[in-house]
Amino acid sequence: MINYFKEILVGFWSLLAGMSVTIRYFTRPIVTVQYPREKIRMTPRYRGYPRFILDPETRTHLCIACEMCARICPSQLISLEGVKMPGAKQKIPYKYVHEHYYCSLCGLCVEVCPTSALEYSGEYRLAGYRREDAIFDHLVLLQQRQEAAGLPITPIPTEADLAAAAAAEAAAKKAREEEAKAKAAAKKPEPEGEVKE
Amino acid sequence: MELLAQTLGSDAARMILGLIGIIALVSVNALFLIWMERKVSAHMQLRPGPMEVGWHGAIQTIADAVKLMSKELITPAEVDRPVYLLAPIVIFLPVLLSFLVIPFSKTLVIRDMNVGVLLILAFAALSVLAILMAGWASNNKYSVLGAIRSVAQNVAYEIPLLITLMSVILMVGSLSLVDIVAAQERYWFILTQPLAFILYITCATAETNRAPFDLPEAESELVAGFHTEYSGMRFALFFLAEYTNMFIVSAVATVFFLGGWQGPILPGIVWFLIKVYAIIFLLMWFRWTFPRVRFDQLITFAWKILIPLAFANLLLTALILKLR
Amino acid sequence: MLEPGIEEKTYVLNLGPQHPSTHGVLRVELEMEGEFITKAEPDIGYGHRAHEHMAENRNYLQFLPNTARVDYLHALAYNQGYCMAVEKLLGLVVPERGEFIRVITSEMNRLTSHLLWVGAYLMDLGAFTPFLYCFDDREHLLDLLDRITGSRLTYCFYRFGGVPQDIDEEFITGCRDFVKRLRSRWVDYDNLVTKNVIFIHRARDVGLITQEQCIKYGLTGPMVRGSGIPYDIRKSEPYSVYPLFDFEIPIGERGDIMDRYLVRMREMEQSLRIIEQALDKLPNGPIMAEKVPKRIKPPEGEVYTAVETARGEFGCYVVSKGDVKPYRIKLRVPSFGNLCILPEVAVDTLVADLVAILGSMDVVVPEIDR
Repeated sequence: MINYFKEILVGFWSLLAGMSVTIRYFTRPIVTVQYPREKIRMTPRYRGYPRFILDPETRTHLCIACEMCARICPSQLISLEGVKMPGAKQKIPYKYVHEHYYCSLCGLCVEVCPTSALEYSGEYRLAGYRREDAIFDHLVLLQQRQEAAGLPITPIPTEADLAAAAAAEAAAKKAREEEAKAKAAAKKPEPEGEVKE
Repeated sequence: MELLAQTLGSDAARMILGLIGIIALVSVNALFLIWMERKVSAHMQLRPGPMEVGWHGAIQTIADAVKLMSKELITPAEVDRPVYLLAPIVIFLPVLLSFLVIPFSKTLVIRDMNVGVLLILAFAALSVLAILMAGWASNNKYSVLGAIRSVAQNVAYEIPLLITLMSVILMVGSLSLVDIVAAQERYWFILTQPLAFILYITCATAETNRAPFDLPEAESELVAGFHTEYSGMRFALFFLAEYTNMFIVSAVATVFFLGGWQGPILPGIVWFLIKVYAIIFLLMWFRWTFPRVRFDQLITFAWKILIPLAFANLLLTALILKLR
Repeated sequence: MLEPGIEEKTYVLNLGPQHPSTHGVLRVELEMEGEFITKAEPDIGYGHRAHEHMAENRNYLQFLPNTARVDYLHALAYNQGYCMAVEKLLGLVVPERGEFIRVITSEMNRLTSHLLWVGAYLMDLGAFTPFLYCFDDREHLLDLLDRITGSRLTYCFYRFGGVPQDIDEEFITGCRDFVKRLRSRWVDYDNLVTKNVIFIHRARDVGLITQEQCIKYGLTGPMVRGSGIPYDIRKSEPYSVYPLFDFEIPIGERGDIMDRYLVRMREMEQSLRIIEQALDKLPNGPIMAEKVPKRIKPPEGEVYTAVETARGEFGCYVVSKGDVKPYRIKLRVPSFGNLCILPEVAVDTLVADLVAILGSMDVVVPEIDR
């Protein structure tokens, strides 16, 4: 009998204790942020889609079109083509497209680049109306950033440039072959002359 | 007013004006209560609640009502048509009629019946029928489960409700609400009947199907219980009925335990509304604090704890009154 | 497929794939008699994403983001299990500071997982406010983890040989502040939930699992510890630097829902202790092993490593044939075993109890289907 009343009183008291917690929180200030009227600052290591670094010394990108990033991406989202312009030491990309809609933000492309040409953009406000809004052409984006910063724009190689580069490459190759043949022909009479004497 | 009184008789004029007033009150009340519930729940959960539409979301409810009215009324294929269509109406009308006897202030009562309490309790019992109609006619196992639970719950909790109110009626000696308010001139009945007040509030939350007794519409178990298959304006009617029912039980609690419209300085109706909304805040506070009770524990709680305590209270009241 | 009873006393109800309280896409077929359940059969496969098939077509480094998505709530432990397996094959040794950072971040992730469980479970039971209090605590943790890993949910933070980026002073002070803050919240959770008479009545003596059932069905994690068996991989088969820390394994007595809830609450306190001790003892030094090959080509062999996640034992079995891509990776997930006991426990209970029991098993359905 006593147990019955004790249970009721203990239960009732626990209900009052719970109610006291809620009413205390009722009087506290809110902890949420009214996005989009107030925005939060993202942490510096927050990822976002990867993009070219604008090197302060060369004032352009550092990519050498080695395709390591395209090969390491688990979802194969980077498509990239490079060309070696006549007179340049390294290749440069003439097409660098990153399809962001399947990106898992793993960061492997940024880590594996040998020239550290990629960085995270930290961009999270990516809303669009079409699937194509999530495809980023990084050479074009780099030009936009250079324009905004007042720097000279890196030109994207056009078809004519590519054809000229290919022709120059073929001519250089032919010149090298001719030189190698001439060297081989020049070397040949020497030993005969030696033996004769 | 005079012309109306001459043609129809002052009683009928009073009734018509009163009914218009009730419908206005019910609509504004629902609007206000939905906003209040959202704001109270939000601040208890450390967030702001509706803020976009109007100042701090004040006209959010109107936007929601417009949305509900513009929705397509989907009627599932094999429902029991007449019952299905009648259920929202049957749940809404009795609640409206209970307003006839509530004294909003000294003169603002539509009809001072001498069986006022009986009228309110009888109409409250009709909502059980409506829930059963809605659940059965929906041709959906979840709805039937919700309806069955609701019937058992409502029937079980009506008994302690009646008995606790009877303790107060014994003290007053009349079933008329106006008399009960008049008998609290010197002290309010909450001071002499605290146990009855606590029991009444518990039964009131169970009667209006609110947490922690909201099994009929348990969102995480039965999707939406007995009103799963209703959409658009029909769903809005169920919602309206729930909030109006909350107002009615809080009004009865105010009249019986908190002295009705009595209070210094401010006019009677203002005090009445303050007290009613304070009790509604209490009901909302319960909802956002406690988890849901399981069904068999609910029935055990009613039959093994509430009814014995209510009877004990009644006997004690009778004994004290006899000895005085 | 369940058929209704011959005398038509029972009917079949579907706790369908879309339901607010099966955590994920899980279908449970119930044969019910009135409100009581006579048979319950879970039906899985709605979320199969072919992770193990993807493992055969990607090389070791490319598979790392996949492991985080198997169980997204305790993703760092799954990263850790996979990295440990490949490191064993390669023979790499992770330096001390790297191991400490792994333990700190993994324990923080365990805290987020348990906090989310508490919130979601109480929402299943009908109390809507503790959900938001838990998420408030969780926000602080996620902000801290965001500072160093760059992500909030599906982390890809560990690499073979260590961690790629270091932690800074602000992170350490933030962690210590958070430990203090969460400890002060236990009082509120106690008053609001643990001592609440309605919650006690819903959770006491419901969903009893005996020790024999635990061993027979191969359950792991808080389910087993709630029934009284003190089995925790961090203590029985220690890995990483866990032997350096002093922490207890909370166990329950009867194996009902209340015990499992209390085990998880106490585990959160033990995680806080581990984080504190790790921050105190944090050594300086390198965070990656020295000779990590550029092309990960483990020698031929197979290895199985097990780690203790918030749900139980996660086992990663890697078979390598000397190629850049693994031959087979099998992921042993704890939720699969934990779900198997549902048909036995759910007999003769009410639907409300079934929801409570399913919630207390802390099942993440995407990891069952992988």
